Amino acid sequence: MFHYKSLAELSSALHAKQVSSIELTEAFLGRIERFKQLNAFITVDRERALAQARVADKRISEGKAGPLTGIPVAHKDIFCTDGMLTTCASKILSNFVAPYDATIIARFKEAGAVILGKTNMDEFAMGSSNENSYFGPVKNPWDQAAVPGGSSGGSAAAVAGGLAPAATGTDTGGSIRQPAAFCGITGLKPSYGRVSRYGMVAFASSLDQGGTLVRCAEDAACILNVMAGFDRRDSTSVDLPVPDYTQTLGHDLKGLRVGLPKEFFGEGLNTEVGQAIEQAIAEYKKLGVEVIDVDMPNCNLAVPCYYVLAPAEASSNLARYDGVRYGYRASAYTDLLDMYKKTRSQGFGAEVKRRILIGTYALSAGYYDAYYLKALKLRRLIAEDFKRAFERCDVIAGPTAPTTAFRLGAKVDDPVAMYLNDIYTIPVNLAGLPGMSIPAGFDGTGHPIGLQLIGQYFKEPRLLNVAHRYQQVTDWHNKIPKGFE
Amino acid sequence: MSLSRTDVEKIAHLARLEINEQEAQTFADSLSQILSLIEQMNAVDTTGVTPMAHPREAALRLREDKVTEGDERSKFQQIAPAAEAGLYLVPKVIE
Amino acid sequence: MEWEAVIGLEVHIQLLTNSKMFSGASARYGAVPNTQACAVDVALPGVLPVMNVEAARMAVKFGLAIGAKINHHSVFARKNYFYPDLPKGYQISQYELPIVQAGHVDIEVDGVSKRIGVTRAHLEEDAGKSLHEDFHGLSGIDLNRAGTPLLEIVSEPDMRSTGEAVAYLKKLHELVRYLEICDGNMQEGSFRCDANVSVRPKGETKLGTRAELKNINSFRFVERAIAYEIERQIDVCEGGGTVVQETRLYDPNKDETRSMRSKEEAHDYRYFPDPDLPPLEFDDEFIREVAKTLPELPDAKRERFMREYALPAYDAGVLTATHEMANYYEETVRASGVDPKLAANWVAGDLAGYLNKENRTIAESAVSAPMLSGLLRRIADNTISGKIAKDVLDAMWNGEGDADSIIEKKGLTQITDTGAIEKVVDEILAANSKQLEQYRSGQEKLFGYFVGQVMKATAGKANPKQVNDVLKRKLRG
Repeated sequence: MFHYKSLAELSSALHAKQVSSIELTEAFLGRIERFKQLNAFITVDRERALAQARVADKRISEGKAGPLTGIPVAHKDIFCTDGMLTTCASKILSNFVAPYDATIIARFKEAGAVILGKTNMDEFAMGSSNENSYFGPVKNPWDQAAVPGGSSGGSAAAVAGGLAPAATGTDTGGSIRQPAAFCGITGLKPSYGRVSRYGMVAFASSLDQGGTLVRCAEDAACILNVMAGFDRRDSTSVDLPVPDYTQTLGHDLKGLRVGLPKEFFGEGLNTEVGQAIEQAIAEYKKLGVEVIDVDMPNCNLAVPCYYVLAPAEASSNLARYDGVRYGYRASAYTDLLDMYKKTRSQGFGAEVKRRILIGTYALSAGYYDAYYLKALKLRRLIAEDFKRAFERCDVIAGPTAPTTAFRLGAKVDDPVAMYLNDIYTIPVNLAGLPGMSIPAGFDGTGHPIGLQLIGQYFKEPRLLNVAHRYQQVTDWHNKIPKGFE
Repeated sequence: MSLSRTDVEKIAHLARLEINEQEAQTFADSLSQILSLIEQMNAVDTTGVTPMAHPREAALRLREDKVTEGDERSKFQQIAPAAEAGLYLVPKVIE
Repeated sequence: MEWEAVIGLEVHIQLLTNSKMFSGASARYGAVPNTQACAVDVALPGVLPVMNVEAARMAVKFGLAIGAKINHHSVFARKNYFYPDLPKGYQISQYELPIVQAGHVDIEVDGVSKRIGVTRAHLEEDAGKSLHEDFHGLSGIDLNRAGTPLLEIVSEPDMRSTGEAVAYLKKLHELVRYLEICDGNMQEGSFRCDANVSVRPKGETKLGTRAELKNINSFRFVERAIAYEIERQIDVCEGGGTVVQETRLYDPNKDETRSMRSKEEAHDYRYFPDPDLPPLEFDDEFIREVAKTLPELPDAKRERFMREYALPAYDAGVLTATHEMANYYEETVRASGVDPKLAANWVAGDLAGYLNKENRTIAESAVSAPMLSGLLRRIADNTISGKIAKDVLDAMWNGEGDADSIIEKKGLTQITDTGAIEKVVDEILAANSKQLEQYRSGQEKLFGYFVGQVMKATAGKANPKQVNDVLKRKLRG
């Protein structure tokens, strides 16, 4: 049984010919079929996956394989995949067969990884529960009455349920870390600019960053080795050398300073989550870290700031969905204006429309200064909070989300309550820093709890090591939901 | 700041979204709630703060002036809702 | 009441880059529809813009040429609106911080010079085209032009007459071609103009309400559209009405402007900094490098031609009208070694006549500068007369070879042998004894008659100066 093995284990099994990529791919395809009720995938292309597996097996037998060759990986349906549906979980792209590969997809192909399928998500990555999908909600493997988190909910559920050994995701305000926390797995959002955004359908360009949802920090390092790197097609991509992220795992944490922002432990934090985080911090102390308090006075306003900036950018990014060149076009309309309006209002779901409306409003004449410009200034203050904090510590730790996974439908009618889910993850995107969520226990109902770790710009090696050391001394990341063994 | 139904209809038109009266009311309510969340920003004095439009302070990277992309029309128009004679078709554009 | 017009122009020039502003697709004009629209231009989901360095260089070059301030830090912003030829639903432009600010262009109208301020010049991308041929009542969209780099040059409202507006536009047109940043082709839309026109009572300092005129893409249309609009606004004001702020379209067939109601709807472009593009930053080095590529500008060249070649202002003006014309002239002077004024007469006169007649540019001239030099040398060394030279030029233009071979083939060499000329003169005088008598009795205007007879007898080949000298001597008796 390979479905809960680490990537390193899978890779050595493939290289040792204990299993072929075909067999591995078949096994995961079988589990996807078996746990279909999770609704974790939008598209699964069995033939394509097996064809890629066949090529990978050949590469392995020819000795031309890399660490990910032959390993099936699920991709969030936000990454354009040449010749495959790429829907962004929206009706407006429900028929969109991408004519090109996102840089990230191309990199995985080059590494010889198999595309297992495209995972479900909140429409255009807007949501924290995966309930905003045109293809229906995703269920949390730990409790199928609960949400998996969002927006990378399909990726999180797939990895947590052993439907895929690894998955890609994107994180604009917490969309990798929060579902990772809700599903009891490891999620990594790299520094802004570390992973190419080319071919990743844009939600909020200055916040979006691709990353991964996996079982452990070591797997995250393996995946980041493939994903990270400069891309000349992305003007915000960073031309910095990419280290081998697996090489720095296991370094001693003695003397490392971990900062705890008191703002992350205030009102609104569920008690059980708070306790679990405290226990995790205690574990870190045992590993020799020094824990200090840091102040992040402006972070409490990160959510309001984000709900100006992200919708504003989105309102513009989503203007291209007009039914002219690709995607859905309304079937009946009277003229051009009517075609635009009908196409867009039939093609977008309620939450996407809501954000387009907020964003349009925030940028419109007379409101720009009060909303958009104000938010940009506040964003600077939040980034400076981090800068000041990182003068005193190396890594910041806290909860990933204020609660554990809530029940499906619990917050669909209260957007503000839904938005506040991302209160601890959003500041990281505003600053563009790397962040992770790692499993740190369970609440009384058996829902997983995530510990968030935030690193300095491009210090992913340290961040991954801090997560890895914790996973060496704890077992939370190895827990498997009942029924998925 | 709370938004009226008419406000919402105006914004929806700018964003090319068609919404009926009932939706306009629902959106007016939820957008007003969101705006009061957003207006918490006013608690902080941001006088003199430089706006931050990009998470990193970097200069734009410039590309050499070379033609690198070829003709992919047939591939792109295969997925077009309406195309003919190499053109994307839309309802009559009135100048 | 006496009225004064206030005119400001917004000129869009397409920059002569190989590839588009933010994509690697070709920016060449005239390709088959949508074959030069790559993933970025079609605005597929997920694509991103990457800026073309050459577009930035050209903008800086223009800024330097008009003595403007080059902003070391400028920002790309999104201008949001829906239109089928705008695939992203926004145009990448510059709003608050343009690349070029506060420059000027000097014009001359009726001998009076005037400085026209240039408020700003900013980079932006062009849109595609809507084709209105009939596709079952639908419009077709061609995105080949989408993403082509444009520089929008916005003047101050400094012009007071159609004459000034046209002079400014022509000056700009000349300048951008000199700088080799735009081909200036108005028909193909690579040089486009919108005009903001208002009127006010003479002496008033406050600006009147302006109308924006679109679709005036030739110098003639600019002149006529503005003239019509000034009259229209004066009529409105004098009729007790008020001018409304609006966009008006010029209809060249009816020679009038009319309100574009479809664009009346209040625009709210929701500009904001493009998150896909960090700010455009230059250091002094970048600007210095661009400055090195700056050619001698038209005004400077004109002055130099007057000084260095001792040319009158008119000749200098014609010869510096384009970069290519000026180069042609200078090459001719250099290669022929003749009096620069002689060269100017031939380039600006006869050769220009042929070019105009066949509507060719100097680059398309059938007679190259070295060929023309060959002709001029033969004039200077008296091998042929200026009159014969015109025939030789005609033969050269028609591809009959270079000057020397034509002269030789047609036996056009000038007769400079005084003895031979004297012989002809003697014969003429002998054959025209009546006229000779009249001349000697005081009818000196018959001199020309004798010259004509001699030239006729020598098939125009006799050296005119020598003919004059000999005739004068012999006529005295």
